[in-house]
Amino acid sequence: MSNDVKISIEDLTKVFYKKNNSVTAIKNVSLEVEEGEFVCLVGPSGCGKTTLLRILAGLEHPSSGQFTIAADSDFRPLQSMVFQEKGVIPWLTVEENVAFGLNMRHLPKEFIRKQTNNYLKKVGLSNFSKLYPKELSGGMKQRISIARAFANDPEILLMDEPFAALDEQNKFILQEELLSIWSETKKTVLFITHSIDEALLLSDRIILMSAHPGEIVKEIKVPIPRPRTMEQVRANTEMAEQFIAIWNHLQKEVQRSRG
Amino acid sequence: MRDEKGNVRFDPYETEQQEWKKQQVKERSKQLLTIISPVLLLLLWEICSRTGILDIRFFPPPSAIITTFFELATNGLLWTHVSVSLYRIAAGFLLGVIPGVVIGLLMGLYAPIRHFISPIVMALMPIPTLALLPIIIIFFGIGDFSKVVTIAGSVFFPVVINTVAGVLNIEKVHLDVAKNYGASPKDFFFKIAFPGALPVMLEGIQMGQAIALLTIVAAEMMGATSGIGYLIWTSYKAFMLKEMFVGLILISFFGFLFSLFLRGLQKKIVPWR
Repeated sequence: MSNDVKISIEDLTKVFYKKNNSVTAIKNVSLEVEEGEFVCLVGPSGCGKTTLLRILAGLEHPSSGQFTIAADSDFRPLQSMVFQEKGVIPWLTVEENVAFGLNMRHLPKEFIRKQTNNYLKKVGLSNFSKLYPKELSGGMKQRISIARAFANDPEILLMDEPFAALDEQNKFILQEELLSIWSETKKTVLFITHSIDEALLLSDRIILMSAHPGEIVKEIKVPIPRPRTMEQVRANTEMAEQFIAIWNHLQKEVQRSRG
Repeated sequence: MRDEKGNVRFDPYETEQQEWKKQQVKERSKQLLTIISPVLLLLLWEICSRTGILDIRFFPPPSAIITTFFELATNGLLWTHVSVSLYRIAAGFLLGVIPGVVIGLLMGLYAPIRHFISPIVMALMPIPTLALLPIIIIFFGIGDFSKVVTIAGSVFFPVVINTVAGVLNIEKVHLDVAKNYGASPKDFFFKIAFPGALPVMLEGIQMGQAIALLTIVAAEMMGATSGIGYLIWTSYKAFMLKEMFVGLILISFFGFLFSLFLRGLQKKIVPWR
């Protein structure tokens, strides 16, 4: 893995201002993510992790601070986001959804077709390409969302709790599928989750956040060799300790925000 | 079913098959009920007018109405009325729907336009277009065009309001997806805003269709020399009630036909629902 910095976030702060009160969603967040690194942001709900991701995705403006995403190629878009469960567009077919980013960039038809078919195959949706999303299960819809982001071939991928709405079995399957596609492309990924298991399985590094205001409190390296399986992660004693450490942190945060 | 010891045993597949068959019968009987109800009503009417329970002068039996229908149809008068009304409905409908959709989309997409136009829409909507008929006649004369304008005016409001609602009801995450994947304004309009607003918009168009029929009859009663409404009104005034009923039933028939057509169209153009 090269040590080039891919995402560099400096002192990012976002305040949501309303009539009589303002909420500091994230405060002085600084973070560097290396090329090809898979980083998970973990924190209690309301810790501003989604806000951070939305700023990187260009959907929200930071109140202060800045970030840069290093571009290797002029051809690629800077980032593509995998949205939560409803991100698949219901009036486009599976195929059109996967091709969405490419179509928006008006790339040559033949290239779009090849790229789309390739990723449809990777997520196992080739036979469903002409169907509308309403005919598919939640897990299949998230596969569309993942294929859409990868097919767009961006510099970095942003994922906003893509598996949160899935049942446990589907979640495991999709996590492993995601890892296998990711290992082929070696994209830099910033992934939000509140599942500690998911973070330990997927990431090279876990960034732990606290709430009100959202700040980075801790970084945890996950040195388990890849390819990984859930069994390996579960069997690793060091990771079991990490799990408990993160768990305690989250508990404390939740208690604090209640009190 | 009994086994060798004489105990009752059930084959689960057979049980479910029986259950499925029962469901099928139920479904079919529902369809039958839908067909039976209008037939039964007509039959009841026929019997009541023939036995004198209903006054035959006011409620001629359906069979007599059908005979009158064929008489009117063969002497050609009916077709002039029907075709003139259909033309007015179609032209008025289009003249109401097209600006309704365009203005509705603009209002839904651009907040300043929405805030600027919506008070005008809100103020004009409660006025029945029929009440404006005198003004419309002053402006457009008593020819076809005044009827077309009246219908357009009544169709416009439900379409514009539903189109705005359709755009505003698009899930925020779909707007985010479009933005994140770099949709141009043109792509945003054709790939997100228009198809996203379409289902609610079509409901408005369906409402508009029903209102168009209501309006045409009333408008032709008030100021026209042809059309189904005119037929109904003059037949009533001449106490030719069989002819009047022919007109009423034609309206009912066309209303049914149009809504069937629009529902079919809806299935065609929003297959993803």
